[in-house]
Amino acid sequence: MGLDIRIPIGLMFSVIGLIITLFGLFTNSDAEMYAKSLSININLWMGLLMLAFGGLMLFFARKRKVK
Amino acid sequence: MDLKFELGWIDYAIMLVYFVFVLGIGWALKKYMKNASAFLEAGRSMPAWVAGLAFISTNLGALEVMGMTGSGAKYGMLTTHFYWIGAIPAMIFLALFMMPFYYGSKARSVPEYLKLRYDEKTRGLNAILFAVMTILASGISMYALALLMETVLGWNFHLSLILSAVIVLGYTYLGGLSSAIYNEVLQFFIIVIGLLPIVFLSLKQVGGWSGLEHSLGSIVSDKGYAADTFTTTWKYTGNAKANPLGVEWYGIAAGLGFVLSFGYWCTNFLIVQRAMAAESINAARKTPLIGAIPKMFIPFLIIVPGIVALVLMNDPSTGFSIMVNGKANYDLTIIMLLKQYLPMGVLGLGITALLASFMSGMAGNVSAFNTVWTYDIYQSYIRPATGDKESDEKHYLKVGRLATIFGVVVSIAAAYLAGLFGNIMDFLQTIFSMINAPLFAVIFLGMFWKRTTGHAAFTGLLAGFLIALLHHGLTVPEGATTLVKGGWIGVIHTYPVEMAQNFWTAIFAFTTSTVVTVILSMLTKKVKTDEELVGLVYSMTPRTSVVVKQWYNRPVVLASIVGIICIVLSIIFW
Repeated sequence: MGLDIRIPIGLMFSVIGLIITLFGLFTNSDAEMYAKSLSININLWMGLLMLAFGGLMLFFARKRKVK
Repeated sequence: MDLKFELGWIDYAIMLVYFVFVLGIGWALKKYMKNASAFLEAGRSMPAWVAGLAFISTNLGALEVMGMTGSGAKYGMLTTHFYWIGAIPAMIFLALFMMPFYYGSKARSVPEYLKLRYDEKTRGLNAILFAVMTILASGISMYALALLMETVLGWNFHLSLILSAVIVLGYTYLGGLSSAIYNEVLQFFIIVIGLLPIVFLSLKQVGGWSGLEHSLGSIVSDKGYAADTFTTTWKYTGNAKANPLGVEWYGIAAGLGFVLSFGYWCTNFLIVQRAMAAESINAARKTPLIGAIPKMFIPFLIIVPGIVALVLMNDPSTGFSIMVNGKANYDLTIIMLLKQYLPMGVLGLGITALLASFMSGMAGNVSAFNTVWTYDIYQSYIRPATGDKESDEKHYLKVGRLATIFGVVVSIAAAYLAGLFGNIMDFLQTIFSMINAPLFAVIFLGMFWKRTTGHAAFTGLLAGFLIALLHHGLTVPEGATTLVKGGWIGVIHTYPVEMAQNFWTAIFAFTTSTVVTVILSMLTKKVKTDEELVGLVYSMTPRTSVVVKQWYNRPVVLASIVGIICIVLSIIFW
């Protein structure tokens, strides 16, 4: 089946990662909101993690294509 | 206490992105769905890593995630027996010893393997039972999810039921098994990443693993167990009364580690189908082994937060509770943890992870159902192949698609049925353990003993099931209030816990099935010739040594690595 699943996975995590990272940046000063997550800006960290994961997936998909 | 919580626009936006990608994958695969084998068998084209992650993702359904987090709170680290001893040995056995015959026989389903190895009636019995049970299971998990969404998110029950069913139908109808498998890979990653924040935050709050051990001490002692019972696995299994599972080590090893897990992992077509869709025999053998690697670590994702939840429940200052109308509902544990720790944003991601686990389980059921329906029931009994391969393939593609719609519609009906009879889930799980254990006995004997005959296998299946039924009718777990739990004939034995009863039901069923099949095989005439058994039976199949260049691609090497990691984990958490 001619679909490299890494591409949709990479794209999806990049999009969601970007949304959550930006949201984390905008809400960074909202101490009340992050009281729940033990005063950690969990949105920012998870957003960055997902961007990295999405990027990695896209990188591997591209690497295979070039080959 | 108020269980409900609100989601923000951003949480819905994340869910929406997920839905778009899930349906998009189905849409992208639509153009490849030209014949029945592409739709129902994914054209046997999946790379091992894709099939392997799908293999484990199908198993990681919503009931599993909700149930196992709850079990973490109830039984502590003892729950990992369902993941280590209760899965890994069976997965290794499936990969090394059974996949060559499932895949190499060119059977398109587990019932079809029974037809090739034995006869039509054995296949028919298995196919019909499997089709009915699969659809019921899918309906019940839909019901559980919709109920959860209603209680916690305040979503309309009917709306969330229909909406999730329509999305699963959408992508399985468009892209068939390939779409289910590709989506399972995507869902696997979203489940892991979506639940990651609660693992991290909950452990941080109690001060890491050693903090958890410390906080649990007095809580567990109050329950009447040794202080470290909930953070160890085998240490207190010398005596059934010393651990919350209520089973000794040999009961765990024989019941869970052998009969139940081999019955599930090695014969359940829902699972085996993922490996059968792999691109080569080597990939098919690697599939369960690649799946075994994440499987071993899933306890840290879903069981450990459940154990932390037990600490939170016992500390009123946290405000954490899973009480509904004065009764603890352990199925709520995971979602209440999401509520406890996650602010808007990652909260949407966590809810999406739960939706993804639900969808991977349901799509697995639907894609296994339509294959068994089309090949083992429709093609066998209603409209056999005409011989014109091209028009047959087109016809069965159409039937497979219709079966997909039919399966989803009946699942929805089953979901409402589950709402009417609260006990249906216990009932179904009980029946499953009665069917799977005899099935494993029969397939195992068929694969490794060429003398086994069709009449013997068929009778063995029935006998095992009847004995299981009888055992269930004559025994009850302590404190049972309904006949669904057993004892509907009369009570001759009372088990301390339900788990022990389940284990023993399966052990009786397996033993009976084995004994009956062996004795009858010797008494009945061997119908299949040796030539017919080539590729189906171990001793009749020539060893083809496929030369695999890279050492890490060899199934035996992978299996050893998986086995070693599993042993090391068991020792660390002994």
